Amino acid sequence: MDSPLRPDRRRLVLGATALSAAAIAPLLLPKAALATPQAAAELLQKLVKGTPRQGRVRLQAPDIADNGSSVALAVAVESPMTAQDYVKAIHVVADGNPSPGVISVRLGPENGRAEISVRIRLAGSERVIAVAEMSDGSLWTASREVTVTVGGCGAG
Amino acid sequence: MTQDIKPRIRLPSQIKPGEVIEVKTLVTHDMESGHRRDAAGKLMPRKILNKMTCAYNGRTVFEASLEPAIAANPYIAFFLKATESGTLEFAWTDDDGAVHRARQAIKVG
Repeated sequence: MDSPLRPDRRRLVLGATALSAAAIAPLLLPKAALATPQAAAELLQKLVKGTPRQGRVRLQAPDIADNGSSVALAVAVESPMTAQDYVKAIHVVADGNPSPGVISVRLGPENGRAEISVRIRLAGSERVIAVAEMSDGSLWTASREVTVTVGGCGAG
Repeated sequence: MTQDIKPRIRLPSQIKPGEVIEVKTLVTHDMESGHRRDAAGKLMPRKILNKMTCAYNGRTVFEASLEPAIAANPYIAFFLKATESGTLEFAWTDDDGAVHRARQAIKVG
């Protein structure tokens, strides 16, 4: 290796170290930093086992929310909700909040319909992801990008 | 210090046996996220309702874990198959350990 290359390489290594530190920081300081798509994915992996497929979940939210401190959200899952075939749980995460978790609900055949409505906070424009866990163990997901004009975490 | 969260529960006025109804709930609570700062710049400690449950004649039919991303004065609605008259019992658990309860009669038929 000749010397003119060395400084470049050092800079590269330093740069890479800084980058990975930046990637790890949100995990170490979940309250100080905003959640990332990666943090949201990691939380989902903790909540459900396996990789959800696209479909069967309908996520209703405004495309543009004027006020992030209260955004109407509805999640509906296609399911007959019978004793043999029902939705066990619905999980919702958001990938740009100070922490990714939003709500997790447990359901059963006695609900008759797998649908929930809730008002949530969004810190900024971000993606909201819902995952449904079926009684047969299958996982389904849908996501939606919500543009937020005024964030809802600092302002409350 | 137990505050009054003023639970408001709404069911349809008439319910036929076997009908799937929407149960709408609303309570009063700041849902302090733990991410806000007060006027002095100090982080305000988290204090939210972290759990909500509903039992229908003693049987749990809905259970929710709530995170700071739930808006203040939580509005949560879900569905229920109304099989018989009786009571819906709701409980919201606060970070401080307080459990707020509410009962709602359900008349079917």
